[in-house]
Amino acid sequence: MARATKIIRNFYRDSVSLMQLSSTITKLPGVEQASAIMASPNNVTLLVEAGLLTEPVEAGANDLLIALQGNAEALESALTAAESALKQPSPSSTGNEQSRGMSPRSIEMGLGNLVGANLVLISTPGEYAAAEAFKALGLGLNVMLFSDNVELKDEIALKRFAQERDLIVMGPDCGTAIINGIPLAFANMVRRGVIGVVAASGTGLQQVTCLVDRWGSGISQAIGTGGHDLHRDVGGLSMLQGLKALAADPSTSVIVLISKPPSPEVASKVLEAASGAGKPVVVNFLGADPDRVRRENIYPAATLEDAAAAAVALANGRIPEARRASVTSPSITPLAPQQRYIRGLYSGGTFCYEASLLLKKELGQINSNTPVEPEDRLSDVWTSRKHTVIDLGDDLFTRGRPHPMIDHRLRNERLIKEASDPEVAVILLDVVLGYGSHPDPAAEMVPVIQKARDLASKAGRHLAIVGFVCGTAADPQNLSKQETAFREVGVALAESNAQAVRMAASVVQKPDVVGGRL
Amino acid sequence: MIQALFQEKLHVLNVGLSSFADSITRAGGSVLQIEWAPPAQGQQEVGRALARLVNLLSVETANQTAFDAYQSAQPVLNGVGTASQVLPNIAERMILHSGPPIAWKDMCGPMKGAIVGAILYEGWAENLARAEAMASSGDIVFEPCHHHNAVGPMAGIISPSMPVWMVTNTTNGNQAFSNFNEGLGKALRFGANGPDVITRLKWMGQVLAPALRASVELLGGIDLKPMMAQALHMGDEVHNRNAAASSLFLKRLISALLKTRTSAADIAGVVEFIAGNDHFFLNLSMAACKAMTDAAHGVLGSSIVTAMARNGVEFGIRVSGTGSRWFTAPAPVVDGLFFPGYSAADAAPDLGDSAITETAGVGGFAMAASPAIVKFVGGTPQDAIDNTMAMTHITVGRNNAFTLPALNFAGSPAGIDIRKVVDTSIQPIINTGIAHREAGIGQIGAGITRAPLACFTQAVSALAHSIGSSQ
Repeated sequence: MARATKIIRNFYRDSVSLMQLSSTITKLPGVEQASAIMASPNNVTLLVEAGLLTEPVEAGANDLLIALQGNAEALESALTAAESALKQPSPSSTGNEQSRGMSPRSIEMGLGNLVGANLVLISTPGEYAAAEAFKALGLGLNVMLFSDNVELKDEIALKRFAQERDLIVMGPDCGTAIINGIPLAFANMVRRGVIGVVAASGTGLQQVTCLVDRWGSGISQAIGTGGHDLHRDVGGLSMLQGLKALAADPSTSVIVLISKPPSPEVASKVLEAASGAGKPVVVNFLGADPDRVRRENIYPAATLEDAAAAAVALANGRIPEARRASVTSPSITPLAPQQRYIRGLYSGGTFCYEASLLLKKELGQINSNTPVEPEDRLSDVWTSRKHTVIDLGDDLFTRGRPHPMIDHRLRNERLIKEASDPEVAVILLDVVLGYGSHPDPAAEMVPVIQKARDLASKAGRHLAIVGFVCGTAADPQNLSKQETAFREVGVALAESNAQAVRMAASVVQKPDVVGGRL
Repeated sequence: MIQALFQEKLHVLNVGLSSFADSITRAGGSVLQIEWAPPAQGQQEVGRALARLVNLLSVETANQTAFDAYQSAQPVLNGVGTASQVLPNIAERMILHSGPPIAWKDMCGPMKGAIVGAILYEGWAENLARAEAMASSGDIVFEPCHHHNAVGPMAGIISPSMPVWMVTNTTNGNQAFSNFNEGLGKALRFGANGPDVITRLKWMGQVLAPALRASVELLGGIDLKPMMAQALHMGDEVHNRNAAASSLFLKRLISALLKTRTSAADIAGVVEFIAGNDHFFLNLSMAACKAMTDAAHGVLGSSIVTAMARNGVEFGIRVSGTGSRWFTAPAPVVDGLFFPGYSAADAAPDLGDSAITETAGVGGFAMAASPAIVKFVGGTPQDAIDNTMAMTHITVGRNNAFTLPALNFAGSPAGIDIRKVVDTSIQPIINTGIAHREAGIGQIGAGITRAPLACFTQAVSALAHSIGSSQ
């Protein structure tokens, strides 16, 4: 006499349907005894007593358990028969009301179909998004609001409404988050671990989580807040909510906060909360003076890379050291005398901003469509001037066309244009992997990079191309596969944006370096 | 609760880009894609008003109160009266009609024809031309049946001397009324007003009504809810199919009828008349439904629909929390099957108070009980079940008294919630007859129609406004 069991997780059927099923299976040839039950502790005990189970199984009241006894060769087909009978719609079963029913047309209706729903991801057109978010919060669900063009007054109202209910609104304009290990919208598949992140910047969040993954640590939760959260009128409500949640989360031992510098009153509120979080908090307020950030328990980080490094150190029980800005100069053939400028072509807005900040210190004025100083704004975003970094994800470029992380055409065109400019020494690129991004950026970019280099070399110049790939080994695009493809075409790759920027700066600062293949 | 989120498995409802749902699935997450479309037909202000009403405690509480009142209502047929004597606020020269208010000049053909017939029946004019002149003169007041606690199918005409069913909700005492059903073919409710129609109406007043009044008195009243429930188990949905209910009613009536002082010839006439009309019970079903939904009416803040009615030009709804106000939209045309020789081009737009049955959770909402009904639109029994199931998404609860064998004896979905209608754009389904657009021709088909969304979006705005201003 043989036994067989099968557990179907989270598959609820009422007891009458299950009794009918049990009786059907018992009648199958070669089956001595059969039972299909919801695997509550009581039911499992009954099956053990009936001899259908030799010992209790790992299952719960929402798991369906089929247990059989009979001829070994008959049991497998009996299990298959039982399973297919369960999955077959029968007009009398309650569960079937849903399987045959219409697809959910509203959040409330969806709640009936997805048991345990706890977060709503909203990416409707902006004018409808606030209403959907209000519904979700009213129904007790957390919200990730990917949609942009949500009015500031709605953002404030939503976040207050959420706060009253102890829920979180990530966004509006929140492009990325990782909750319970699941990447949402544009996010990477990172290892799970003890580092929790709250970020007002989407690519900032991606950079820190990917570097944490690259350096062997992991992420507990990565919460996006949307770019306006630390606006004076919003007051950092989502960042404070996220911080509070991570402070209370037993799986999080280090917290990282990322934002552009908030207004002083918001900054002090956030820093005060961070200081009292009871856990070390690494703060990267892009471009802020570290001494203004420093508090008890708070570790200021100048760059996204530094923030990731500090978090990894803390996660490993070490005090983060002041990092020396290590510069790996790419080996390089002599530049022509007129090749003096860096052209950064970014798909990630925060990367572009960080590049502006870092380059400004080294090289002075950095022109951009999203400049650090208003006077550095490009009058014509389609034409670079001297040192220029461009955020191609800016609304100016994305109107009526997909984001450059998805559609590489615009950046590829710009890359050829910059390569044809005799004053250009270095082209600086970011490549962002993860869910939501292009399935194979290298395939799109490598031929164009090759063409750009050929173009320059035909004109007697050598063009340095520096970049970094923000991604992980588990991303659908695969980090090492992408990096290899870029290296093969001669791109000097750094691990992070900050490193890539320094590398690029070193090229124009030392134009007479003689070296290898680049 | 954010804290709880970290401890639970993440389950995402995805509203918008379906690629995000695909990514979550590929990453091993649990996600359900919402088939989202801008609610309220894209009217953003209504959409925002709706958003604040979803799961709002005051509305939920009000709906529970309203639904309980509806659910616990016990409609009992406890009399047969004359309209002028029993209807509240009826005046001497007043004729009641179906649907929301409408002026004579705007009425559809069947309603005008029926009003002319009623004038002739009352003897206020001696011929068609004079009756029509009288109707347009302004000497007669036209008001909706619903304004007098009454309902009438199709044109829904009730004039002062007509006999009416008197139904009482014994739970809280509210009364509802309906006229008598004349049978199929040429009938006043379809706008027919020839001598045969008037003669039959006279007979109904002089012979049928007294016989029924005496029988109901002898019986001490008839509980209508159990009879409707039983009919649902016998293939009726008690709106457009009343074959079983009519039989049950006659069975209940007949021994009492025989004990009345009615002559044998009249008894034969009465029995023949009822037995020959499979829709005889319809008007009783409607009065019972009206008694049940009126019990739910007038609960401050409630978003439950308490009336849906059509006058052949406009479709109107009333909502528990917004008082006597009607929210109207053009009446839709009915998708259905037509009797030989007729087509959709001949049809009047949706007409009659009979959608009170759907409002009360039967009719189209109980279609699963009545697979025969879907044949009108070429459907299958599965379609009937699907239609009932679809209504579960726009209702507050299930009526435990009206169970549906095909759904494992689950209750019929009831208590239409304007919020859910607007949020899902699922329109209440209505089984209905189709009248010819010209007066006097009668019924030319039957089918299925849906309540217009515009009624519900207006109601959501009004409810949100009333809640906003009362807070």
